[in-house]
Amino acid sequence: MLFVVLSSIPDTSKGSLKFKAQNRCDINAQNQVVFLIVEKERRVKANAREYNEKFLYANNHIKTSKYNIFTFLPINLFEQFQRVANAYFVVLLILQLIPEISSLSWFTTIVPLVLVLVITAVKDASDDYFRHKSDQQVNNRQSQVLIRGSLQKEKWMNVRVGDIIKLENNQFVAADILLLCSSEPYGLCYIETAELDGETNLKVRQALSVTSDLGDVSKLMDFDGEVVCEPPNNKLDKFTGTLHWKDNKYSLDNENMLLRGCILRNTEWCFGMVIFAGLQTKLMQNCGRTKFKRTSIDKLMNTLVLWIFAFLICMGVILAIGNTIWETCIGRKFELFLPRDDFQSSAVFSGFLTFWSYIIILNTVVPISLYVSVEVLRLGHSFFINWDRKMYHSQTDTSAEARTTTLNEELGQVEFLFSDKTGTLTQNVMVFSKCSITGRTYGTSDALTLKTACVDFSFNPLCDQGFKFYDCSLVEAVKREESAVQEFFRLLALCHTVMPEEKSEGKLEYQAQSPDEGALVTAARNFGFIFRARTPETITLCEMGRAVTYELLAILDFNNVRKRMSVIVRNPQGQIKLYCKGADTIVFDRLDPSSENLMYTTSEHLSEFAGEGLRTLALAYKDLSEEYYQVWKKKLHYASTVIENRDEQLAVLYEEIEQGMKLLGATAIEDKLQEGVPETIACLNLADIKIWVLTGDKLETAMNIGYSCNMLRDDMNEVFVISGLTQLEVQQQLRSAKELILGLSRVNSTGDVEKGDMFAEDSVFEEAIIAEYALVVNGHSLAHALEPQLEHTLLDLACLCKTVICCRVTPMQKAQVVELVRRHKRAVTLAVGDGANDVSMIKTAHIGVGISGQEGMQAVLASDYSFAQFRYLQRLLLVHGRWSYFRMCHFLAYFFYKNFAFTLVHFWYGFFCGFSAQIGLDTHYWTAVNHLFVWGSLIMYFAVLFAMQSDGLFGIFPSSFPFLGTARNCLSEKSVWLVILLTTVVCILPGLVVSFLRVDLFPTLTDKVRHLQQSSKKQGPKEQNLRRVRRTSSRRSAYAFSHQQGYGELITSGKNMRMSTLSSTVSLERPAQSSSWIENILKRKNEVSCISPERPDPPESHKDSRASADRLT
Amino acid sequence: MGRAKEKSGPLARRPDNSAFKQQRLPAWSPMLTANTVLPFFYLLSVVCMLLGVWLLLTVQSTQEKKLNYTKHGDCNLCFEMRQNVSNAGQTCSCKVEFSIDRTFKGDVFFYYGLKNFHQNLRRYMDSRDDEQTVGRIKNLKSPSVYCEPFQTVENEVPIAPCGAVANSMFNDSFTLTYHTAKGRDVPVPLLRKGLTWYTDKNIKFRNPKTDNLTLAQVFEGTRPPPFWQKPVYELDPHDPINNGFINEDLIVWMREAAFPNFKKLYGILNRADAPFTNGLPKGNYSIDISYNFPVQYFHGEKEVVLTTLTWFGGQNHFLPIAYLVTSSLILLMAVVLTVAWWKFGKDGKNMKD
Repeated sequence: MLFVVLSSIPDTSKGSLKFKAQNRCDINAQNQVVFLIVEKERRVKANAREYNEKFLYANNHIKTSKYNIFTFLPINLFEQFQRVANAYFVVLLILQLIPEISSLSWFTTIVPLVLVLVITAVKDASDDYFRHKSDQQVNNRQSQVLIRGSLQKEKWMNVRVGDIIKLENNQFVAADILLLCSSEPYGLCYIETAELDGETNLKVRQALSVTSDLGDVSKLMDFDGEVVCEPPNNKLDKFTGTLHWKDNKYSLDNENMLLRGCILRNTEWCFGMVIFAGLQTKLMQNCGRTKFKRTSIDKLMNTLVLWIFAFLICMGVILAIGNTIWETCIGRKFELFLPRDDFQSSAVFSGFLTFWSYIIILNTVVPISLYVSVEVLRLGHSFFINWDRKMYHSQTDTSAEARTTTLNEELGQVEFLFSDKTGTLTQNVMVFSKCSITGRTYGTSDALTLKTACVDFSFNPLCDQGFKFYDCSLVEAVKREESAVQEFFRLLALCHTVMPEEKSEGKLEYQAQSPDEGALVTAARNFGFIFRARTPETITLCEMGRAVTYELLAILDFNNVRKRMSVIVRNPQGQIKLYCKGADTIVFDRLDPSSENLMYTTSEHLSEFAGEGLRTLALAYKDLSEEYYQVWKKKLHYASTVIENRDEQLAVLYEEIEQGMKLLGATAIEDKLQEGVPETIACLNLADIKIWVLTGDKLETAMNIGYSCNMLRDDMNEVFVISGLTQLEVQQQLRSAKELILGLSRVNSTGDVEKGDMFAEDSVFEEAIIAEYALVVNGHSLAHALEPQLEHTLLDLACLCKTVICCRVTPMQKAQVVELVRRHKRAVTLAVGDGANDVSMIKTAHIGVGISGQEGMQAVLASDYSFAQFRYLQRLLLVHGRWSYFRMCHFLAYFFYKNFAFTLVHFWYGFFCGFSAQIGLDTHYWTAVNHLFVWGSLIMYFAVLFAMQSDGLFGIFPSSFPFLGTARNCLSEKSVWLVILLTTVVCILPGLVVSFLRVDLFPTLTDKVRHLQQSSKKQGPKEQNLRRVRRTSSRRSAYAFSHQQGYGELITSGKNMRMSTLSSTVSLERPAQSSSWIENILKRKNEVSCISPERPDPPESHKDSRASADRLT
Repeated sequence: MGRAKEKSGPLARRPDNSAFKQQRLPAWSPMLTANTVLPFFYLLSVVCMLLGVWLLLTVQSTQEKKLNYTKHGDCNLCFEMRQNVSNAGQTCSCKVEFSIDRTFKGDVFFYYGLKNFHQNLRRYMDSRDDEQTVGRIKNLKSPSVYCEPFQTVENEVPIAPCGAVANSMFNDSFTLTYHTAKGRDVPVPLLRKGLTWYTDKNIKFRNPKTDNLTLAQVFEGTRPPPFWQKPVYELDPHDPINNGFINEDLIVWMREAAFPNFKKLYGILNRADAPFTNGLPKGNYSIDISYNFPVQYFHGEKEVVLTTLTWFGGQNHFLPIAYLVTSSLILLMAVVLTVAWWKFGKDGKNMKD
């Protein structure tokens, strides 16, 4: 009869967790709603609080808590009584307070009711306390606000819309602000958006040029621009607005905005104007309410409970009718001993009363208390998950955590698994693991066998300690100064768009746009070709201890079509060289005929690398003559000034110079998978769980990972790539792929299936398809495919394929894909991810799993389960999920059985006691207590029985505990025990017979396995073959950088070079004996920083800077 | 998880490696193979069979004599008389004669039985005040409202013991006489004590604290229930201690029967003196009945039962028969299982993949 509805656990437990940034998701929705209705357009004026206040914009105070001290009791009680169980018991309580009806004493209901209410209230209160605390912590963060002409420290919550605030390096952005100016030239600033979208690379934001020189407090004071922009919304990548200032209009877009949740990086300071604050920031708007997740067992239970309730009513009616008849026929004659009250004179009325009495007595048949017991059981399972050592990751010291306690048994029912790639399947760590230089490979094939010693890089004072390489011969080759090897690493050190950062002497850090580029530069660094510094037109390397400065003549930047990038440099000897790296197929087409032999060897090596799932890249160089270069440069200059078709013309020029190159070799980068990922995927595949990878990464990278995870294989019949740009294209691609599959399998099967209803047909074929297919969908195609008219085709096709990979998908699309499957497949879906871009998908899926232990906590906060490694999914699903489901089912069966057995006794007894609603057995104590203490219910029963029927209690409440001595005297009767024995035998036997017949005649897989185990145990331990997941693919990876085009231009224009006052002062104080090259670099750096602050076109910038350099020297 | 805080170091949050937390507690889930199940079934069948036969033999050895005296012989006159409520004050007695063929060996128990009397109606069972019968002075003077309409009589005088249960107490009394072969009448001595549970006699039913007052003085200011002829403190004229709420007949009656047909203990044969040292000898007996309790209103019947007991209770054929039936069912199932196993699952081919 107990009815704690602990189902409040999922939402509240999340609240109590520590959270990292200001990213709270369970926000009070009311506030937003009001504003969404009211606000059509936002007007914000800088430095004008009075003006802005009249719009009643939200301030930066966030509130995620539900109650305060005074509202707690009424609101909490109100919420609790909204739950069916609690309401039901209040009704029962009221019924029991009517003496004519009351068949059980009132305290059998009120004691557990109060207990439950108190427990839940305490839990809610403690959750809310933690929410208050974390709100307070976020609200009280300090920020610097420009008030009345000076920077003042203010708490975050006091920041208003329209305020101008100053941010410093590595600070969280307090609100959604419009960037006005920064410490960097051109008002650039760098942010990390890991909390927002999960991407860890830096992003550039730029202030409007008109505001970028406001970098001082007095100027900012006078800034009175007014921003007119869109109302608060949740689109992270869109912003439209205009700035009205000094009678001019400037358009604003997302590039000018810093959103709450970002972290300022590599920028000393910046100023911004608050546009959206608090709950109206894009981050908070994006969070939305956590959906209440329910398992299928819950739904089943709800229907069952309804049916049982109907059954209860039926029983009540039958007994009431019985009572009426009995009273008319027999009860009348019994009046001598039991006179009736006046109002009971009518038998029909007596029957009516009896109906209610029986509703009370038989209430145990409606297993409202079931919810409590189920919650307790689930809580126990959650603890087992938390406690599991096999899901504990010692490196990061994180154990698995069941953040939602209500979904455990659903884990065993998962059919679709949606996984993020970066950070989930892969570590997002690129490792330079192998290379091929002029026909010779370096690097051991199996780095996992740690027998080969790691290369000692101690000769190199600037090496990166984290870098490991397992082939000493390469170092020796470098030390022998083999020219090819040196050229190889020189290329790696020169041809990239990495930015160096030297925080202190000898402590280099690289800011790479993509981790693979970083890996290559780091490799070159460790092999003695240290990329030290760059200016718009120079690159300084430290080659085997000697500082060498190259003049950077051009960067032929990467793009999707070219799939390669080149640099043209002039070395100190005056030679001009072109270094190129790119996808092997592309580079091989542009080689000098003299490299043909080398090309074949390298090609073989590349196949070998690709076979191991490495990402490969071919390297080539070319010597250019001064004259040729000057001609080409002129053409380039001309092309870059034309307005029409500039990109095409540039591409043609690039193409022209990147011909006849000499092959140097190839690199192989390992995109490190998380531990045990292929094994886990293979195992989950065996369990018929369909795994879909949804990644924001590029097609090539995603497919590459697909291959290294064994999700894509060479022996698959077909890998469909859907990459159409228009809806029609996508439709055609989907249709043809589907027809291919169905056509093939029609040949395989009997072939007499008529073309009928599409869905019916599919369901037939889904089973029948033997061939293995894979589907790869591109993001823009997915957008079309997810439209209502195509989504069925997509889903059908996807379900026919063994592997589905969606790349370049936005967080929203991830959620849409999950939603699609959820809606149409009636299957349990699970989404696993680690970054903020996975949050929507995690929330949409039935079960969301967050990978914890990494930087961002967003995904974990939104998830239902969290652990450190993808491979723990196997244990979570196949062990915990299965066990939970089994236990829950057994428990439910037992519970229903028990309740019916209990209650039907009273029904049966009704026929003997004149349907007078007298209880035949004293069972209600058991029910009450049993619901709290499911475990050991029998022991509890007897303990409570004896306690309730004890002398002591009777001494206190004689009329409430009239069953004194019954237990003692009954249980001393031997016939009682004989009956118990008989009943046990009779009850157990049928079950035993059925299960024996089942095991013996129709054994399940589990039975077979257990049988096998038993017999093998008898035969003694046998050696088991470990299944090795080894790919025999010969697929060549079409590697491409995973970053975007445009950084080359940024570098050559010098816009992202920072003024480093710190290092210049250091250089002045540096003793004279310090190696000259460092001074050289620093000098160069200072020169660069003197570039005029205007934004000239790139070629002019070269000229200008050179001129200014001349002036300085 | 609170303990985790005490630990420190790199593995601070590692879960404990206990058998419970890692779910490694020993478990037994038997593999149901023919080797284990079939012998178990046969064994169980045999055990039940033996138990059933033993119980049957034990039951057969008991003796029981039932006499329905509602309208038996001259009791019919009393029956007629009780039909009229106005005669309730008059006494009526009758005699029932019977004989037993075999000696009742061992302890012999004397029961009275009622048929069709619903002691198990909810309102009837609620109509009592346990706080009064446990001897609380307060409730003695003001009984619980549950006793309505037997809570008070006119002028608000409380009834003790109140309620419908006490009011309807069975008030026939019996005297058993043994007619020896020599024609001598020997009264059969019946113990009228030790009929109740210890807990009832000593805890649940107590007389109000007397404080040197006689029982009659304690109960002053109360009335006996309307159907009673004598007050509660004079229920047993022979034994002054057996009066008041702790009167054994009252206690026996107040423990309501669960079913409409029931029997309640009246007395136990006192085997102290011959010729009853071995039990009831065979021969002729008669019972003198003081016929007071009316049953005709509810079509009820009254009877006396003389019986010996076995170690597991009275003469009860249900248990042995149930055991025998169960045993044969198990045997049947065992045979079916054996056949099924022999035919289909013997060579374990289902176990193979």
